Amino acid sequence: MKYLLLIHADEKLDEAMTEAEMGEIVGEYMKVAEELEADGRLVASERLRPAATATTLRERDGELLVTDGPFAETKEQLGGFYIVDVADLDAAIAVARRFPSVRYGSVEVRPIWEMSEDGGG
Amino acid sequence: MTTSRDEVERVFRAEHGRILASLVRALGDLDRAEDALADAWAAAIERWPRDGIPERPGAWITTAARRRAVDRIRRERRERPSPAEPRGEEEIAMIERRLDGEVEDDRLRLIFTCCHPSLALEARVALTLRMLGGLRTPEIARAFLVPEATLAQRLVRAKAKVREAGIPFEVPAGALLAERLPGVLTVLYLVFNEGYAATAGEALVRRELCDEAIRLARIVADLLPGEDEAKGLLALMLLTDARREARVDEDGVPVRLEDQDRGRWDRARIAEGLRILDGLVRRPGPFALQAIVAAVHARAERWGETDWPTVVAAYEALIERHASPVVRLNHAAAIAERDGPAAALPLVDALVAEGDLAEYPYLHAARADLLRRVGREEDALVAYDRALARVGNDAERRFLERRRGRSV
Repeated sequence: MKYLLLIHADEKLDEAMTEAEMGEIVGEYMKVAEELEADGRLVASERLRPAATATTLRERDGELLVTDGPFAETKEQLGGFYIVDVADLDAAIAVARRFPSVRYGSVEVRPIWEMSEDGGG
Repeated sequence: MTTSRDEVERVFRAEHGRILASLVRALGDLDRAEDALADAWAAAIERWPRDGIPERPGAWITTAARRRAVDRIRRERRERPSPAEPRGEEEIAMIERRLDGEVEDDRLRLIFTCCHPSLALEARVALTLRMLGGLRTPEIARAFLVPEATLAQRLVRAKAKVREAGIPFEVPAGALLAERLPGVLTVLYLVFNEGYAATAGEALVRRELCDEAIRLARIVADLLPGEDEAKGLLALMLLTDARREARVDEDGVPVRLEDQDRGRWDRARIAEGLRILDGLVRRPGPFALQAIVAAVHARAERWGETDWPTVVAAYEALIERHASPVVRLNHAAAIAERDGPAAALPLVDALVAEGDLAEYPYLHAARADLLRRVGREEDALVAYDRALARVGNDAERRFLERRRGRSV
């Protein structure tokens, strides 16, 4: 099954980090990604620019509204994602728990709705 | 030859979890497994009253459910051929091979699936009772005092989550087992407590909850022999359940441990609980510690012979792990017995001052008992009234009125 792992953390914590601290954390993410890639479990992964760079679109009554920022103002922001292809939820959790943001932010594990599946439910 | 519905029902309850668990393993889906089993039961209800209950009813149902599972898969394919799932005869043959075997730990796998932490706690409880206990939706709804429609919806959502989120049908291995097991044991204890402690709901349904919780705890303890906490939970349930007949009087009013007729305790349950507890080798966890307390009471022939130092030590070990206010209240009660009411009163006063249990009637009742024992009768009556103002039902009210000892 494929899962999207959403990396959430308070960007203010990122900003407060020294370069060395940040380097260490990025290194942790890379190590996990390399392992996933080596045995074919990694489908995709990207780090995102800060939420302040986001643009959100909404169309209401035929009118397109373009606004600055993410879809919701929250304490933690989406900072990156991984898509992994693994056996089941426990295997996805085993990957997700290794990301540093588990310790100071959170990781959300979402199963991907495979297009080949019928209606799903 | 006639067969009553009750007998069919008895077989259903006894065999449901085992058969369903093996179907889930083979079919990889809760709904498919339930459908196959439901078909088999429908056939049994039709035939058994006519032909009599087969010699091995479980085997009969298993065979019927397997045949029907394969029939269903064939029919679905004919009706809805799916390019993504080109399950030909080859795959059906594979499912049939999987259906043929029955693995000893099928039920244990299913317990871990139903108690997966990504399900809400109330969903775990409902799913466990439905899948492993074979309780039907209306029974579970009655036991937990929720509308049937709510419970049905809860089960539908939980099953959908298991399927869509890819919750595995596996016993976790290695370090993950140690992480997951406490959550499983907690669900089983919750089921037990709902059956044992609840003063509302139907007596029969509550009895079934306790029996089911004990049955499931036994499976976990037997199949994970290295896990002392699983054994501790089973011992705790057995030693507590042993007191069932003595814990309420003819009017359904709770009877305090000290006033219970110990001759009515179930000696077989106690013997088994004590034997399990004696077999533990590791430092006791929370359930084993509670079982140690229950064992002290079970061993004492009279209230006056209770080994209070052991009870106090067990509660202190529990507090060290997790100082919940209810555990501290029980600890204070044990201190009152070991060292006298004056020693326990400050501990209870502290709990009252902290306020976490402000609405818990038994905190005020315990304080009232202590105040009376140190001779502060006026204060005691005020505390009893505080307890009475917070009771949840009539049986509790009569219980506390009796303790207060005067008309209110």
